[in-house]
Amino acid sequence: MTVLPVTVPTSGWDSARIFAGARLVVRRVIGPLVVLVLWYLASTHAWLDPRFVPSPVTVLQSMQEWMFGQSGSTPYSGTWLQHTLNSSYRVFGGFIIAAIVGVTLGCLIGWFRLVSDLIDPIIQMMRPIPITSWVPFAVIFFGIRDASAFFLIALGAFFPIVVNTAAGVAGTPKLLIRAARMLGIRRYMILPRVVIPAAMPFIFTGLRLGIGLAWVLVIVAEMLAVKSGLGFVMWDSYYFLRMDIIIGAMLSVGALGFLSDLAIRLIGRWVLRWSHGL
Amino acid sequence: MNRPSIASPMTEYKKAPRIVIRGLRKHFTDIARQEEIVAIDGMDLDIGENEFLTILGPSGCGKTTLLNIVAGFDQATSGAVTLDGEPIRKPGPDRGVVFQEYALFPWLSVEQNIEFGLRERRIPKAQRRERVRKQIASIGLSGFERRYPQELSGGMRQRVALGRVLANDPKILLMDEPFAALDAQTRTIMQQELLFVWSAERRTALFITHNIEEAILLGDRVVVMTARPGRIKEIVRVALPRPRDVTSAEFNQMRRKVAALLEDEVQATFAALEGALGNVSG
Repeated sequence: MTVLPVTVPTSGWDSARIFAGARLVVRRVIGPLVVLVLWYLASTHAWLDPRFVPSPVTVLQSMQEWMFGQSGSTPYSGTWLQHTLNSSYRVFGGFIIAAIVGVTLGCLIGWFRLVSDLIDPIIQMMRPIPITSWVPFAVIFFGIRDASAFFLIALGAFFPIVVNTAAGVAGTPKLLIRAARMLGIRRYMILPRVVIPAAMPFIFTGLRLGIGLAWVLVIVAEMLAVKSGLGFVMWDSYYFLRMDIIIGAMLSVGALGFLSDLAIRLIGRWVLRWSHGL
Repeated sequence: MNRPSIASPMTEYKKAPRIVIRGLRKHFTDIARQEEIVAIDGMDLDIGENEFLTILGPSGCGKTTLLNIVAGFDQATSGAVTLDGEPIRKPGPDRGVVFQEYALFPWLSVEQNIEFGLRERRIPKAQRRERVRKQIASIGLSGFERRYPQELSGGMRQRVALGRVLANDPKILLMDEPFAALDAQTRTIMQQELLFVWSAERRTALFITHNIEEAILLGDRVVVMTARPGRIKEIVRVALPRPRDVTSAEFNQMRRKVAALLEDEVQATFAALEGALGNVSG
């Protein structure tokens, strides 16, 4: 029997590849660079009031002081790491809770008709309610503490995770279930061995949406219901009109949000390595 | 119209038949149009030990329904289907199914797909490894153990699907137009390989197709079905020795005979289709 050889594209570093790579980097850096230049010009030409929109140079200096300054020398000096760790801890905790509960419940909703009929209406009813409207309840029940943030973040990230997981599980190709059954699978193994792997692309879509929401909600929670973290710093510095610190905090959240999304994307790429080119 | 005789349609096999189908009927309810559709309208059929039986019929004649009932995916409306005397109620590893759409698990590699049934049936690991290795060699995919289905051609995927089923050592192979999605060359190769596997291991096989040449090339007997509602129109015994030469005079004679049997039924299917379209537009 003859078997066709499969050719795999070779990965080497020749000059053409380096050139193509460089061109890609340039193309991707142009956009942010233009924004930065416009922002700088706006402040030097006083198109915008520097009290409200400080120049990038000011922001950079404030960031430096905030991150590395001698603690106590100015109100924010050297406090960046502590606040960032606080926020990250809350995002991570809330997201983990949402992922565990969301994926589990999503599987049950997608797989068992009875669970779907009982639970899905509640989820669909609660889903359109903005998470911010839960803040008073969070504060009453959990106080001005981490627990409030965990609750708000977990609740917000839960919805995209549960909805996507349920859709993926319910959409498992019937043919794959038939194939598994004729191969002799025991009934209770169909969910872990066939349905959940088949739903993985949907689960990861839900997780990515969830982590994005988690960073939105940690800021909301810290502005309203906790007294530390990047969201708290934003709110606090607003009272003192320290717009430079606000922008610094915004950039920090942006970078952390990007990094956590990247982490999930990389994990997803590994888990879904079978689907490359699909 | 030729009705099959109710007397046992199989007298030439001495051993007891493995699959026995008696008075099989299958109705579906078309909810949208509020009508009963009769997919199979009374069928008697025996499949003998080590026999390769092909089922040939126009689309919509209920041949896939028949396979689904034997596989245990569907339940008969009435009638009896048994395997070695046991009524068929649900799918099981004693009946290996090869689907037209391959139905491989895309997240599992070639070797994991082939190992799937053995693993789910809790065959010890050492035994599994050995069976998987042999099976991969026999379907000619050594060197592709770690590939995912996504990276394989249609023909290779169908080999994995066949190997996955054979690893389970089933009593009967059920194949639902397994080569219909392949190009002509690959299809010819796959037919030869299937015959090779079948004759090497001597298995009972039920093979569904709408391709006349394929039905005659592979089958010990060809069951020609009527247009819906599906009945057996005639069972044609293919007495040609293997390997069969599709260009030989005998083969062509057989082809003409089967084509003539099928012609009326294809016409009837078209007429029914036009009628249905007429109803919609009229």
